[in-house]
Amino acid sequence: MLKTKFEIEHLNLHYGSFHALKNISMKIPANEITAFIGPSGCGKSTFLKTLNRMNDLEENVTIDGTVRMDEKDIYSEMDAITLRHDVGMVFQQPNPFPKSVYDNVAYGPRIFGIRKKSQLDEIVERSLRQAAIWNELKDRLKKSALGLSGGQQQRLCIARTLAIQPKVILMDEPTSALDPISTSKIEDLAMELKKDYTIIIVTHNMQQAARISDKTAFFLLGEAIEYGKTEDIFARPQDKRTENYITGRFG
Amino acid sequence: MDKRIQRARRADRAMTGIFYGIAAFFFALLLAFTGKVIIGGLMGASPEMFAFARQGAIGNQLFNTVYLVFISLLVSVPLGVFAGIYLAMYAKPGLFTRFLRICIETLSSLPSIVVGLFGYLVFLVFMGMGKSLLAGALSISILTLPLITTTTEDAIKGLPAGYFQAGMGMGSTRWQAIFHVLLPACIPRIMTGVILAAGRGFGEAAALLYTTGSGSSLRWGNWDITSPTSPLNVLRPAETLSIQIWNLQTNAQDAALANLASAVLLLLVLLFNIGANAWSRHINRKNSGEKA
Ligand SMILES: Nc1ncnc2c1ncn2[C@@H]1O[C@H](COP(=O)(O)OP(=O)(O)O)[C@@H](O)[C@H]1O
Ligand SMILES: [Mg+2]
Repeated sequence: MLKTKFEIEHLNLHYGSFHALKNISMKIPANEITAFIGPSGCGKSTFLKTLNRMNDLEENVTIDGTVRMDEKDIYSEMDAITLRHDVGMVFQQPNPFPKSVYDNVAYGPRIFGIRKKSQLDEIVERSLRQAAIWNELKDRLKKSALGLSGGQQQRLCIARTLAIQPKVILMDEPTSALDPISTSKIEDLAMELKKDYTIIIVTHNMQQAARISDKTAFFLLGEAIEYGKTEDIFARPQDKRTENYITGRFG
Repeated sequence: MDKRIQRARRADRAMTGIFYGIAAFFFALLLAFTGKVIIGGLMGASPEMFAFARQGAIGNQLFNTVYLVFISLLVSVPLGVFAGIYLAMYAKPGLFTRFLRICIETLSSLPSIVVGLFGYLVFLVFMGMGKSLLAGALSISILTLPLITTTTEDAIKGLPAGYFQAGMGMGSTRWQAIFHVLLPACIPRIMTGVILAAGRGFGEAAALLYTTGSGSSLRWGNWDITSPTSPLNVLRPAETLSIQIWNLQTNAQDAALANLASAVLLLLVLLFNIGANAWSRHINRKNSGEKA
Protein backbone atom coordinates (compact mmCIF):
# COMPACT_ATOMS: atom_id res chain seq x y z
CA MET A 1 0.00 0.00 0.00
CA LEU A 2 1.38 3.40 -0.99
CA LYS A 3 2.06 5.85 1.72
CA THR A 4 0.88 9.42 1.31
CA LYS A 5 3.72 11.95 1.32
CA PHE A 6 1.86 15.20 0.88
CA GLU A 7 -1.71 15.93 1.71
CA ILE A 8 -2.90 19.26 0.37
CA GLU A 9 -6.27 20.61 1.38
CA HIS A 10 -8.07 23.67 0.06
CA LEU A 11 -4.87 25.45 -0.82
CA ASN A 12 -5.23 29.01 -2.12
CA LEU A 13 -2.39 31.30 -3.02
CA HIS A 14 -2.49 34.97 -3.94
CA TYR A 15 0.25 37.12 -5.41
CA GLY A 16 -1.03 40.45 -4.16
CA SER A 17 -4.61 40.38 -5.42
CA PHE A 18 -3.92 37.83 -8.15
CA HIS A 19 -5.46 34.46 -7.32
CA ALA A 20 -2.73 32.09 -8.56
CA LEU A 21 -3.81 28.79 -6.96
CA LYS A 22 -7.47 28.06 -6.53
CA ASN A 23 -8.66 25.66 -3.88
CA ILE A 24 -6.31 22.81 -4.59
CA SER A 25 -6.69 19.52 -2.76
CA MET A 26 -4.70 16.40 -3.53
CA LYS A 27 -2.70 13.57 -2.01
CA ILE A 28 0.74 12.90 -3.38
CA PRO A 29 2.06 9.38 -2.75
CA ALA A 30 5.55 8.55 -1.51
CA ASN A 31 8.07 6.77 -3.74
CA GLU A 32 6.32 7.61 -6.95
CA ILE A 33 6.81 10.18 -9.64
CA THR A 34 4.02 12.71 -9.79
CA ALA A 35 3.90 15.01 -12.81
CA PHE A 36 2.27 18.43 -13.00
CA ILE A 37 1.27 19.42 -16.52
CA GLY A 38 -0.59 22.37 -17.97
CA PRO A 39 -0.10 25.42 -20.17
CA SER A 40 2.47 27.94 -19.04
CA GLY A 41 1.30 30.43 -16.44
CA CYS A 42 -1.25 28.01 -14.97
CA GLY A 43 0.49 27.85 -11.59
CA LYS A 44 2.57 24.64 -11.76
CA SER A 45 5.74 26.26 -10.47
CA THR A 46 3.79 28.20 -7.88
CA PHE A 47 2.21 25.01 -6.59
CA LEU A 48 5.54 23.18 -6.56
CA LYS A 49 7.11 25.98 -4.54
CA THR A 50 4.39 25.80 -1.89
CA LEU A 51 5.67 22.30 -1.10
CA ASN A 52 9.06 23.51 0.11
CA ARG A 53 7.96 27.01 1.03
CA MET A 54 10.15 28.72 -1.55
CA ASN A 55 7.22 31.12 -1.87
CA ASP A 56 8.25 32.51 1.50
CA LEU A 57 11.06 34.34 -0.31
CA GLU A 58 8.62 36.27 -2.41
CA GLU A 59 6.85 39.37 -1.22
CA ASN A 60 3.09 39.82 -1.23
CA VAL A 61 2.30 36.13 -1.17
CA THR A 62 -0.61 34.96 0.94
CA ILE A 63 -1.40 31.31 1.39
CA ASP A 64 -4.31 29.62 3.07
CA GLY A 65 -5.34 26.01 3.35
CA THR A 66 -3.11 23.23 4.62
CA VAL A 67 -0.13 21.35 3.26
CA ARG A 68 0.87 18.34 5.32
CA MET A 69 3.98 16.27 4.78
CA ASP A 70 4.06 12.98 6.66
CA GLU A 71 1.07 14.27 8.57
CA LYS A 72 2.80 17.42 9.75
CA ASP A 73 1.60 20.83 8.66
CA ILE A 74 4.59 22.33 6.89
CA TYR A 75 3.40 25.90 7.40
CA SER A 76 2.57 25.77 11.08
CA GLU A 77 4.45 22.81 12.53
CA MET A 78 7.78 23.12 10.70
CA ASP A 79 10.15 25.92 9.93
CA ALA A 80 11.10 26.55 6.33
CA ILE A 81 14.79 25.72 6.75
CA THR A 82 14.14 22.29 8.27
CA LEU A 83 11.49 21.61 5.66
CA ARG A 84 13.92 22.33 2.84
CA HIS A 85 16.38 19.81 4.25
CA ASP A 86 13.71 17.21 3.56
CA VAL A 87 12.35 18.64 0.34
CA GLY A 88 15.10 19.41 -2.18
CA MET A 89 14.56 21.29 -5.40
CA VAL A 90 15.96 21.19 -8.92
CA PHE A 91 15.30 24.23 -11.06
CA GLN A 92 14.51 24.83 -14.71
CA GLN A 93 17.82 26.50 -15.48
CA PRO A 94 20.71 24.40 -14.19
CA ASN A 95 22.12 26.58 -11.43
CA PRO A 96 25.35 25.15 -10.09
CA PHE A 97 27.27 27.51 -7.83
CA PRO A 98 30.39 29.11 -9.32
CA LYS A 99 32.50 26.69 -7.32
CA SER A 100 34.22 23.39 -8.01
CA VAL A 101 32.17 20.26 -8.65
CA TYR A 102 33.24 18.97 -5.25
CA ASP A 103 32.30 22.16 -3.42
CA ASN A 104 28.91 22.20 -5.12
CA VAL A 105 28.01 18.76 -3.83
CA ALA A 106 29.62 19.35 -0.44
CA TYR A 107 27.75 22.65 0.01
CA GLY A 108 24.70 21.17 1.74
CA PRO A 109 26.60 18.83 4.08
CA ARG A 110 28.95 21.68 4.98
CA ILE A 111 26.20 24.06 5.97
CA PHE A 112 24.82 21.29 8.16
CA GLY A 113 28.12 21.30 9.94
CA ILE A 114 29.93 18.33 8.41
CA ARG A 115 33.59 19.31 8.27
CA LYS A 116 35.48 16.03 8.15
CA LYS A 117 37.21 15.55 4.82
CA SER A 118 36.73 11.77 4.74
CA GLN A 119 33.03 12.10 5.46
CA LEU A 120 32.58 14.80 2.82
CA ASP A 121 34.52 12.74 0.26
CA GLU A 122 32.19 9.87 0.90
CA ILE A 123 29.04 11.98 0.55
CA VAL A 124 30.30 13.62 -2.64
CA GLU A 125 31.10 10.28 -4.25
CA ARG A 126 27.85 8.67 -3.17
CA SER A 127 25.75 11.60 -4.38
CA LEU A 128 27.49 11.80 -7.74
CA ARG A 129 27.10 8.04 -8.20
CA GLN A 130 23.41 8.26 -7.36
CA ALA A 131 23.04 11.00 -9.94
CA ALA A 132 24.81 8.74 -12.46
CA ILE A 133 27.50 11.28 -13.15
CA TRP A 134 30.41 10.02 -11.03
CA ASN A 135 32.24 8.41 -13.94
CA GLU A 136 32.06 11.57 -16.00
CA LEU A 137 33.18 13.88 -13.22
CA LYS A 138 35.46 11.90 -10.94
CA ASP A 139 38.56 13.32 -12.63
CA ARG A 140 37.39 16.91 -12.53
CA LEU A 141 36.07 17.28 -9.01
CA LYS A 142 38.31 20.29 -8.46
CA LYS A 143 37.24 22.07 -11.64
CA SER A 144 34.54 24.69 -11.74
CA ALA A 145 31.03 23.41 -12.27
CA LEU A 146 30.37 26.24 -14.70
CA GLY A 147 32.62 24.55 -17.25
CA LEU A 148 30.28 21.53 -17.54
CA SER A 149 27.67 21.03 -20.26
CA GLY A 150 24.06 21.95 -19.46
CA GLY A 151 23.06 18.31 -19.00
CA GLN A 152 26.00 17.61 -16.72
CA GLN A 153 25.22 20.76 -14.74
CA GLN A 154 21.66 19.62 -14.21
CA ARG A 155 22.71 16.17 -13.02
CA LEU A 156 25.26 17.86 -10.77
CA CYS A 157 22.42 19.95 -9.32
CA ILE A 158 20.52 16.73 -8.68
CA ALA A 159 23.60 15.28 -6.97
CA ARG A 160 23.92 18.45 -4.91
CA THR A 161 20.32 17.99 -3.76
CA LEU A 162 20.86 14.28 -3.04
CA ALA A 163 23.81 15.18 -0.84
CA ILE A 164 21.48 16.64 1.76
CA GLN A 165 19.54 13.34 1.80
CA PRO A 166 16.09 14.77 1.25
CA LYS A 167 12.96 12.67 1.27
CA VAL A 168 11.36 14.52 -1.60
CA ILE A 169 12.84 16.02 -4.76
CA LEU A 170 10.90 18.73 -6.54
CA MET A 171 11.88 19.28 -10.18
CA ASP A 172 10.65 22.33 -12.05
CA GLU A 173 10.92 21.60 -15.78
CA PRO A 174 14.39 20.14 -15.21
CA THR A 175 14.94 19.21 -18.84
CA SER A 176 13.41 22.13 -20.69
CA ALA A 177 16.84 23.71 -21.24
CA LEU A 178 18.50 20.43 -22.27
CA ASP A 179 19.09 18.42 -25.43
CA PRO A 180 17.26 15.08 -25.99
CA ILE A 181 20.14 12.87 -24.82
CA SER A 182 20.62 14.79 -21.57
CA THR A 183 16.85 14.76 -21.15
CA SER A 184 16.61 11.01 -21.37
CA LYS A 185 19.47 10.65 -18.88
CA ILE A 186 17.58 12.81 -16.39
CA GLU A 187 14.39 10.83 -17.02
CA ASP A 188 16.19 7.53 -16.38
CA LEU A 189 17.67 9.03 -13.28
CA ALA A 190 14.28 10.14 -11.97
CA MET A 191 12.87 6.65 -12.46
CA GLU A 192 15.86 5.15 -10.67
CA LEU A 193 15.57 7.60 -7.77
CA LYS A 194 11.90 7.02 -7.05
CA LYS A 195 12.80 3.83 -5.18
CA ASP A 196 14.22 5.97 -2.40
CA TYR A 197 12.64 9.36 -2.92
CA THR A 198 9.33 10.95 -3.68
CA ILE A 199 9.64 12.87 -6.92
CA ILE A 200 7.40 15.64 -8.13
CA ILE A 201 8.15 16.98 -11.57
CA VAL A 202 6.70 19.92 -13.45
CA THR A 203 6.84 19.50 -17.18
CA HIS A 204 5.32 21.11 -20.21
CA ASN A 205 6.27 18.03 -22.17
CA MET A 206 3.36 15.60 -22.12
CA GLN A 207 5.37 12.71 -23.55
CA GLN A 208 7.73 13.13 -20.66
CA ALA A 209 4.91 12.99 -18.15
CA ALA A 210 3.51 9.92 -19.88
CA ARG A 211 6.91 8.21 -20.01
CA ILE A 212 8.06 8.60 -16.46
CA SER A 213 5.27 9.53 -14.08
CA ASP A 214 2.94 7.34 -12.05
CA LYS A 215 0.47 10.10 -11.29
CA THR A 216 -0.34 13.20 -13.29
CA ALA A 217 -2.13 16.38 -12.34
CA PHE A 218 -3.42 18.75 -15.01
CA PHE A 219 -3.56 22.44 -14.09
CA LEU A 220 -5.37 25.25 -15.81
CA LEU A 221 -5.60 28.88 -14.70
CA GLY A 222 -4.64 28.06 -11.13
CA GLU A 223 -6.98 25.10 -10.74
CA ALA A 224 -6.12 21.42 -10.51
CA ILE A 225 -8.55 20.21 -13.14
CA GLU A 226 -7.83 16.52 -13.04
CA TYR A 227 -5.52 14.28 -11.06
CA GLY A 228 -5.03 10.56 -11.23
CA LYS A 229 -3.00 7.65 -12.54
CA THR A 230 -0.95 8.78 -15.50
CA GLU A 231 -2.29 6.08 -17.82
CA ASP A 232 -5.86 7.06 -16.95
CA ILE A 233 -5.25 10.76 -17.49
CA PHE A 234 -3.77 10.13 -20.91
CA ALA A 235 -6.04 7.28 -22.05
CA ARG A 236 -9.34 8.26 -20.48
CA PRO A 237 -9.38 11.89 -19.40
CA GLN A 238 -12.57 12.67 -17.53
CA ASP A 239 -12.61 16.41 -18.15
CA LYS A 240 -13.06 17.93 -21.58
CA ARG A 241 -10.34 20.51 -20.86
CA THR A 242 -7.81 17.82 -19.97
CA GLU A 243 -8.63 15.98 -23.16
CA ASN A 244 -8.25 19.13 -25.22
CA TYR A 245 -4.88 19.83 -23.68
CA ILE A 246 -3.37 16.36 -24.05
CA THR A 247 -4.59 16.03 -27.58
CA GLY A 248 -2.93 19.33 -28.35
CA ARG A 249 -6.07 21.24 -29.14
CA PHE A 250 -4.89 24.18 -27.10
CA GLY A 251 -2.11 25.25 -24.78
CA MET B 1 19.25 51.75 -52.69
CA ASP B 2 22.89 50.85 -53.37
CA LYS B 3 23.90 54.42 -52.71
CA ARG B 4 22.22 54.38 -49.34
CA ILE B 5 24.16 51.29 -48.27
CA GLN B 6 27.39 52.76 -49.60
CA ARG B 7 26.80 55.93 -47.66
CA ALA B 8 26.09 53.96 -44.51
CA ARG B 9 29.27 51.93 -45.05
CA ARG B 10 31.33 55.07 -45.47
CA ALA B 11 29.86 56.58 -42.34
CA ASP B 12 30.53 53.33 -40.49
CA ARG B 13 34.17 53.34 -41.61
CA ALA B 14 34.56 57.00 -40.69
CA MET B 15 33.10 56.46 -37.23
CA THR B 16 35.28 53.40 -36.66
CA GLY B 17 38.26 55.50 -37.60
CA ILE B 18 37.24 58.26 -35.21
CA PHE B 19 36.80 55.81 -32.33
CA TYR B 20 40.18 54.26 -32.96
CA GLY B 21 41.64 57.75 -33.17
CA ILE B 22 40.18 58.75 -29.82
CA ALA B 23 41.37 55.53 -28.22
CA ALA B 24 44.86 56.05 -29.63
CA PHE B 25 44.84 59.63 -28.38
CA PHE B 26 44.02 58.56 -24.83
CA PHE B 27 46.61 55.83 -24.95
CA ALA B 28 49.25 58.27 -26.16
CA LEU B 29 48.24 60.78 -23.51
CA LEU B 30 48.51 58.19 -20.75
CA LEU B 31 51.82 56.93 -22.06
CA ALA B 32 53.29 60.41 -22.42
CA PHE B 33 52.09 61.45 -19.00
CA THR B 34 53.24 58.37 -17.10
CA GLY B 35 56.43 58.28 -19.13
CA LYS B 36 57.20 61.88 -18.33
CA VAL B 37 56.44 61.55 -14.62
CA ILE B 38 58.11 58.19 -14.08
CA ILE B 39 61.16 58.64 -16.28
CA GLY B 40 61.62 62.28 -15.30
CA GLY B 41 61.25 61.45 -11.63
CA LEU B 42 63.65 58.54 -11.67
CA MET B 43 66.26 60.31 -13.84
CA GLY B 44 66.47 63.31 -11.54
CA ALA B 45 66.82 61.18 -8.41
CA SER B 46 69.94 60.40 -6.45
CA PRO B 47 70.37 57.05 -4.67
CA GLU B 48 70.07 58.47 -1.15
CA MET B 49 66.56 59.73 -1.97
CA PHE B 50 65.35 56.12 -1.84
CA ALA B 51 66.41 55.76 1.78
CA PHE B 52 64.07 55.35 4.72
CA ALA B 53 65.25 58.54 6.37
CA ARG B 54 63.77 61.47 8.18
CA GLN B 55 64.60 64.00 5.51
CA GLY B 56 65.50 64.18 1.84
CA ALA B 57 64.15 60.74 1.02
CA ILE B 58 60.88 59.04 0.20
CA GLY B 59 61.11 55.62 1.89
CA ASN B 60 59.21 56.51 5.03
CA GLN B 61 56.54 58.33 3.03
CA LEU B 62 56.12 55.33 0.76
CA PHE B 63 55.65 53.13 3.79
CA ASN B 64 53.20 55.61 5.35
CA THR B 65 51.17 55.72 2.14
CA VAL B 66 50.81 51.95 1.91
CA TYR B 67 50.15 51.56 5.63
CA LEU B 68 47.55 54.33 5.66
CA VAL B 69 45.67 52.87 2.70
CA PHE B 70 45.84 49.43 4.29
CA ILE B 71 44.36 50.69 7.57
CA SER B 72 41.69 52.65 5.75
CA LEU B 73 40.65 49.58 3.70
CA LEU B 74 40.59 47.52 6.88
CA VAL B 75 37.74 49.78 7.98
CA SER B 76 35.98 50.64 4.74
CA VAL B 77 35.96 47.20 3.06
CA PRO B 78 34.08 45.27 5.77
CA LEU B 79 31.74 48.18 6.46
CA GLY B 80 31.11 48.83 2.77
CA VAL B 81 30.60 45.16 1.95
CA PHE B 82 28.13 44.76 4.79
CA ALA B 83 26.28 47.91 3.78
CA GLY B 84 26.17 46.66 0.18
CA ILE B 85 24.83 43.28 1.27
CA TYR B 86 22.23 45.02 3.40
CA LEU B 87 21.06 47.19 0.51
CA ALA B 88 20.99 44.30 -1.96
CA MET B 89 19.46 41.58 0.19
CA TYR B 90 17.79 42.95 3.28
CA ALA B 91 16.61 46.52 2.74
CA LYS B 92 12.88 46.77 2.24
CA PRO B 93 11.84 49.59 -0.04
CA GLY B 94 10.70 52.45 2.14
CA LEU B 95 11.56 55.73 3.73
CA PHE B 96 14.60 54.47 5.66
CA THR B 97 16.17 52.81 2.62
CA ARG B 98 15.58 55.89 0.51
CA PHE B 99 17.17 58.06 3.18
CA LEU B 100 20.15 55.70 3.38
CA ARG B 101 20.65 55.84 -0.37
CA ILE B 102 20.57 59.62 -0.37
CA CYS B 103 23.19 59.64 2.39
CA ILE B 104 25.45 57.33 0.40
CA GLU B 105 25.05 59.36 -2.78
CA THR B 106 25.81 62.57 -0.93
CA LEU B 107 28.80 61.02 0.73
CA SER B 108 30.17 59.83 -2.59
CA SER B 109 30.05 63.29 -4.09
CA LEU B 110 31.55 65.19 -1.15
CA PRO B 111 34.75 67.05 -2.05
CA SER B 112 37.65 65.45 -0.24
CA ILE B 113 38.70 68.73 1.36
CA VAL B 114 35.34 68.79 3.11
CA VAL B 115 35.78 65.22 4.29
CA GLY B 116 39.20 66.20 5.58
CA LEU B 117 37.66 69.04 7.52
CA PHE B 118 34.99 66.70 8.85
CA GLY B 119 37.69 64.22 9.88
CA TYR B 120 39.57 67.03 11.58
CA LEU B 121 36.50 68.10 13.53
CA VAL B 122 35.43 64.60 14.52
CA PHE B 123 38.69 62.78 15.11
CA LEU B 124 40.90 65.62 16.31
CA VAL B 125 38.67 68.23 17.88
CA PHE B 126 35.87 66.04 19.12
CA MET B 127 37.62 62.75 19.88
CA GLY B 128 40.90 64.36 20.84
CA MET B 129 43.20 62.30 18.64
CA GLY B 130 46.38 63.99 17.52
CA LYS B 131 47.21 64.47 13.87
CA SER B 132 47.75 60.86 13.02
CA LEU B 133 47.84 58.11 10.51
CA LEU B 134 44.65 56.69 12.01
CA ALA B 135 42.73 59.97 11.69
CA GLY B 136 43.85 60.20 8.06
CA ALA B 137 43.02 56.57 7.35
CA LEU B 138 39.54 57.00 8.80
CA SER B 139 38.98 60.11 6.68
CA ILE B 140 39.95 58.10 3.60
CA SER B 141 37.57 55.37 4.75
CA ILE B 142 34.73 57.89 4.75
CA LEU B 143 35.67 58.89 1.21
CA THR B 144 35.78 55.33 -0.10
CA LEU B 145 32.92 53.76 1.83
CA PRO B 146 30.21 54.74 -0.71
CA LEU B 147 32.24 53.31 -3.56
CA ILE B 148 32.65 49.92 -1.89
CA THR B 149 29.01 49.89 -0.82
CA THR B 150 27.66 50.53 -4.29
CA THR B 151 30.09 48.12 -5.96
CA THR B 152 29.05 45.36 -3.57
CA GLU B 153 25.37 46.07 -4.00
CA ASP B 154 25.64 46.10 -7.79
CA ALA B 155 27.76 42.96 -7.78
CA ILE B 156 25.22 41.02 -5.73
CA LYS B 157 22.28 42.28 -7.74
CA GLY B 158 24.09 41.33 -10.94
CA LEU B 159 24.39 37.65 -10.02
CA PRO B 160 22.01 35.12 -11.57
CA ALA B 161 18.95 34.72 -9.34
CA GLY B 162 19.53 30.95 -9.45
CA TYR B 163 22.46 31.11 -7.06
CA PHE B 164 20.40 32.45 -4.20
CA GLN B 165 17.42 30.21 -4.98
CA ALA B 166 19.61 27.12 -5.12
CA GLY B 167 21.19 28.05 -1.81
CA MET B 168 17.85 28.63 -0.14
CA GLY B 169 16.38 25.52 -1.77
CA MET B 170 18.95 23.41 0.04
CA GLY B 171 17.92 24.67 3.44
CA SER B 172 20.49 27.40 3.92
CA THR B 173 19.59 30.35 6.02
CA ARG B 174 19.62 33.66 4.20
CA TRP B 175 22.99 34.51 5.68
CA GLN B 176 24.51 31.14 4.74
CA ALA B 177 23.40 31.59 1.14
CA ILE B 178 24.83 35.10 1.10
CA PHE B 179 28.09 34.27 2.82
CA HIS B 180 28.91 30.94 1.18
CA VAL B 181 27.45 31.46 -2.28
CA LEU B 182 26.80 35.08 -3.26
CA LEU B 183 29.78 36.73 -1.65
CA PRO B 184 32.44 34.38 -3.08
CA ALA B 185 30.82 34.79 -6.50
CA CYS B 186 31.12 38.58 -6.18
CA ILE B 187 34.72 38.78 -5.09
CA PRO B 188 36.16 39.75 -8.49
CA ARG B 189 33.71 42.63 -8.79
CA ILE B 190 34.13 43.76 -5.20
CA MET B 191 37.88 43.70 -5.87
CA THR B 192 37.32 46.28 -8.59
CA GLY B 193 35.74 48.56 -6.02
CA VAL B 194 38.59 47.97 -3.61
CA ILE B 195 41.13 48.81 -6.33
CA LEU B 196 39.37 52.08 -7.05
CA ALA B 197 39.13 52.82 -3.33
CA ALA B 198 42.82 52.11 -2.80
CA GLY B 199 43.72 54.24 -5.81
CA ARG B 200 41.74 57.06 -4.29
CA GLY B 201 43.58 56.57 -0.99
CA PHE B 202 47.04 56.44 -2.53
CA GLY B 203 46.62 59.74 -4.27
CA GLU B 204 44.55 61.61 -1.71
CA ALA B 205 46.11 64.76 -0.30
CA ALA B 206 43.30 67.16 0.55
CA ALA B 207 41.61 64.92 3.09
CA LEU B 208 44.93 64.26 4.80
CA LEU B 209 46.11 67.85 5.09
CA TYR B 210 44.48 68.48 8.45
CA THR B 211 44.32 64.92 9.66
CA THR B 212 47.64 63.11 9.32
CA GLY B 213 50.24 65.81 9.76
CA SER B 214 53.73 65.54 8.32
CA GLY B 215 55.68 63.17 10.50
CA SER B 216 58.41 61.19 8.84
CA SER B 217 60.80 60.40 11.67
CA LEU B 218 60.54 56.66 12.04
CA ARG B 219 62.94 54.40 13.85
CA TRP B 220 63.03 51.18 11.90
CA GLY B 221 63.30 48.20 14.17
CA ASN B 222 61.22 49.88 16.84
CA TRP B 223 58.17 47.61 16.84
CA ASP B 224 56.64 48.93 20.07
CA ILE B 225 53.37 50.18 18.62
CA THR B 226 52.87 52.75 21.36
CA SER B 227 56.12 54.54 20.63
CA PRO B 228 55.81 57.72 18.52
CA THR B 229 58.71 56.67 16.29
CA SER B 230 57.49 53.12 15.67
CA PRO B 231 56.51 52.60 12.02
CA LEU B 232 53.52 50.52 13.12
CA ASN B 233 52.08 53.09 15.51
CA VAL B 234 48.85 54.37 13.97
CA LEU B 235 48.53 57.30 16.35
CA ARG B 236 51.67 59.06 15.13
CA PRO B 237 51.67 61.81 12.48
CA ALA B 238 52.43 60.31 9.09
CA GLU B 239 53.47 62.09 5.93
CA THR B 240 52.31 60.27 2.82
CA LEU B 241 53.77 60.60 -0.67
CA SER B 242 51.05 62.96 -1.83
CA ILE B 243 51.43 65.20 1.22
CA GLN B 244 55.17 65.09 0.74
CA ILE B 245 54.80 66.25 -2.85
CA TRP B 246 52.61 69.10 -1.70
CA ASN B 247 55.00 70.03 1.12
CA LEU B 248 58.02 69.91 -1.17
CA GLN B 249 56.39 72.02 -3.82
CA THR B 250 55.04 74.67 -1.43
CA ASN B 251 57.67 74.82 1.32
CA ALA B 252 60.97 73.14 0.65
CA GLN B 253 61.15 73.63 -3.08
CA ASP B 254 63.04 70.41 -3.60
CA ALA B 255 61.78 69.70 -7.12
CA ALA B 256 63.90 66.62 -7.73
CA LEU B 257 62.62 64.89 -4.60
CA ALA B 258 59.04 65.91 -5.37
CA ASN B 259 59.39 64.48 -8.87
CA LEU B 260 60.72 61.23 -7.51
CA ALA B 261 57.87 61.05 -5.01
CA SER B 262 55.41 61.57 -7.88
CA ALA B 263 57.08 58.87 -9.95
CA VAL B 264 57.01 56.40 -7.09
CA LEU B 265 53.39 57.23 -6.27
CA LEU B 266 52.38 56.65 -9.87
CA LEU B 267 54.31 53.38 -10.01
CA LEU B 268 52.67 52.28 -6.77
CA VAL B 269 49.21 52.91 -8.17
CA LEU B 270 50.03 51.21 -11.48
CA LEU B 271 51.55 48.13 -9.86
CA PHE B 272 48.70 47.85 -7.39
CA ASN B 273 46.13 48.07 -10.18
CA ILE B 274 47.88 45.51 -12.33
CA GLY B 275 48.37 43.12 -9.42
CA ALA B 276 44.81 43.41 -8.16
CA ASN B 277 43.44 43.02 -11.67
CA ALA B 278 45.47 39.88 -12.27
CA TRP B 279 44.27 38.40 -9.02
CA SER B 280 40.64 39.18 -9.70
CA ARG B 281 40.90 37.75 -13.23
CA HIS B 282 42.43 34.62 -11.78
CA ILE B 283 39.47 34.17 -9.42
CA ASN B 284 37.06 34.89 -12.23
CA ARG B 285 38.65 32.23 -14.41
CA LYS B 286 38.59 29.76 -11.56
CA ASN B 287 34.89 30.41 -10.93
CA SER B 288 33.93 30.13 -14.57
CA GLY B 289 35.69 26.83 -14.98
CA GLU B 290 38.39 27.61 -17.52
CA LYS B 291 41.06 26.70 -15.06
CA ALA B 292 41.48 23.98 -12.48
N1 LIG C 1 6.30 36.39 -7.87
C1 LIG C 1 5.16 36.55 -8.55
N2 LIG C 1 4.43 37.68 -8.40
C2 LIG C 1 3.28 37.86 -9.07
N3 LIG C 1 2.76 36.97 -9.94
C3 LIG C 1 3.42 35.82 -10.13
C4 LIG C 1 4.67 35.56 -9.46
N4 LIG C 1 5.10 34.33 -9.85
C5 LIG C 1 4.19 33.87 -10.72
N5 LIG C 1 3.19 34.76 -10.90
C6 LIG C 1 1.99 34.57 -11.76
O1 LIG C 1 1.31 33.42 -11.31
C7 LIG C 1 0.88 32.65 -12.40
C8 LIG C 1 1.43 31.26 -12.32
O2 LIG C 1 2.82 31.29 -12.53
P1 LIG C 1 3.71 29.99 -12.51
O3 LIG C 1 3.43 29.23 -11.29
O4 LIG C 1 5.11 30.40 -12.74
O5 LIG C 1 3.15 29.20 -13.79
P2 LIG C 1 3.76 27.95 -14.55
O6 LIG C 1 4.92 27.42 -13.79
O7 LIG C 1 2.63 26.99 -14.64
O8 LIG C 1 4.14 28.41 -15.92
C9 LIG C 1 1.28 33.40 -13.67
O9 LIG C 1 0.19 34.14 -14.12
C10 LIG C 1 2.39 34.29 -13.20
O10 LIG C 1 2.42 35.47 -13.96
MG1 LIG D 1 6.96 27.35 -14.34
